[in-house]
Amino acid sequence: MAQPTLTNAPPVAPAGSPPAPPRRRTRNWGAIAGFLAPFVVLFAAFYLVPIGYSIVESLRTVTRSGTFGPVREVWGGFTQYATVFSSAQFWASILRVLRFFVISVPLQLGLALVFALLLDSPVLKGKRFFRLAFFVPYAVPGVIAAIMWSFLYAPSLSPFSLLAQNVDLIGPGLVIFSIANIVNWVFTGYNMLIIYSALQAIAPELTEAARMDGAGQWRIAWSIKIPMVFPALILTGVFSIIGTLQLFNEPLVMRLVSSAVSTDYTPNMLVYATVNGGNYNLAAAFSVVLALVTCVLSFTFLKITQRRAEG
Amino acid sequence: MTAVLHAGPRATRQKPASVAGATLFMAIFACYFLAPIWWLVVTASKQRSELTSSTNLWFAGPFELLTNIGDVLTYQDGLFLRWMGNSVLYAGVGGVVATLVASMAGYGLAKYAFPGREAVFNVILAGVLVPTTALALPLFLLFAKIDATNSYLSVLLPSCVSPFGVYLARIYAASSVPDELMEAARLDGAGEMRTFFTISIKLMAPALVTIFLFQFVAIWNNFFLPLVMLQDSSLYPVTLGLQTWDSQVSHAPELQLFVIVGALLSVIPLIVAFLCLQRFWRSGLGAGGVK
Repeated sequence: MAQPTLTNAPPVAPAGSPPAPPRRRTRNWGAIAGFLAPFVVLFAAFYLVPIGYSIVESLRTVTRSGTFGPVREVWGGFTQYATVFSSAQFWASILRVLRFFVISVPLQLGLALVFALLLDSPVLKGKRFFRLAFFVPYAVPGVIAAIMWSFLYAPSLSPFSLLAQNVDLIGPGLVIFSIANIVNWVFTGYNMLIIYSALQAIAPELTEAARMDGAGQWRIAWSIKIPMVFPALILTGVFSIIGTLQLFNEPLVMRLVSSAVSTDYTPNMLVYATVNGGNYNLAAAFSVVLALVTCVLSFTFLKITQRRAEG
Repeated sequence: MTAVLHAGPRATRQKPASVAGATLFMAIFACYFLAPIWWLVVTASKQRSELTSSTNLWFAGPFELLTNIGDVLTYQDGLFLRWMGNSVLYAGVGGVVATLVASMAGYGLAKYAFPGREAVFNVILAGVLVPTTALALPLFLLFAKIDATNSYLSVLLPSCVSPFGVYLARIYAASSVPDELMEAARLDGAGEMRTFFTISIKLMAPALVTIFLFQFVAIWNNFFLPLVMLQDSSLYPVTLGLQTWDSQVSHAPELQLFVIVGALLSVIPLIVAFLCLQRFWRSGLGAGGVK
């Protein structure tokens, strides 16, 4: 679920070429088409068409004439959506991942910020080692990380047997924290690097000036560095919202060891279970609503953080 | 590297207590991030009988790592090796094609002004926010219509699209390929395509490496798409293969050691690649901010 992220990225990059003389007409249509066509064709085929197809499928429904009659797919309007909106399972899974978000993301981004600030400050020794050590888990695929941690949580295998034997890390009460730990283990170092790159882009004169004015490292971090990397933090936040709502690999693996993880534990697991049950139309409708919920939450998050940044 | 630069001689003036505190704090977390991988190495070196009897973070019993690796590689006619090969194929080929296609598009968007350019770019940019899990299900249904699921292409083709790559290539081409150079190539009679493939692509090399790395990792880690597309285990990438073994541990306990050794084997190449190429991914992470 990792998405490559950019630091301080403006939503639209500054246009590349220097402003063309106003009267010049577009030339090179052939070359432009040649450069863009391969990507545009692939993008259309494997992004736009599937999205469109999902929407169309979600508006259809399967009927059967008589008990043993042939199955036909017909236009169903918003039938599937009515099912989605009245599905307690679906909304329970959404609430569960939102709870997961609250458990996992503030801690993850908070730690990533602290690590990045320490890497960027003069008080730390061995920066190169720490930067690498913290980033290494990102090279471990989510599924493999989950398999590994599921062994570490198991009382029979865990090197922390005292903990694992006395605390039910995979029971209904704690399993959500155990999954959050897996996700945080993989992604904290990655987010740390994004924030660190943003810190590196701050002009040294700025912190230098503050230091001359007598500001200590805490003060510099709080009053200069954190406000300067706020856009990077917002970006990591948005990608965390998207990633959390799409949660799938880690709970799927944890399900093998924990009965507390149901087949409808997260929205995507519910979609997968619905597909396996053969109801493609309903699965498509779940996906569309999930995408809309993701959109709304990301935008709300952006609006709130922007207001705070301005005020 | 830059950090050292602006830390400068003042670094020595920090209070020793702060330095010790900060370093200790980071050291504790370094243990947290590295211990699971260390545990994997230790456990993969154990005999099967030692697996549950000595559970700590140090080697116990005879050192069996090489024997265990041999067992995993030969189990079920070398299925594991085949999975590793598949992963390399999906991630390698997908990464190369995605990089080439994305860099051409990014270059086209950066160096040629045309009406609708920003609209095209914004649609592609929105694609960065679309999670691949949301695409896997409709892709499966579409591939099923043409009877093309359960094939190499069903995983490979969707992996050849990297909207993020277009974004990165556009920023990089704008700042690294001078218009004068393109103009000079035109005067020399080179076509636009030829200019791109002989001159511009070299100037964009750092961006290309970054795009390739990110796409490689994204495909290597992708689990949902192969999960829905593939039924034949000989087509599985290593993530899906290991997950299948892991799901069979309750019926076949001997698989547990294979899962642990396999996890180690699958993780090592990527960690090594990351360490060797860190110059590139770091510049990639920073590219959006610096340029």
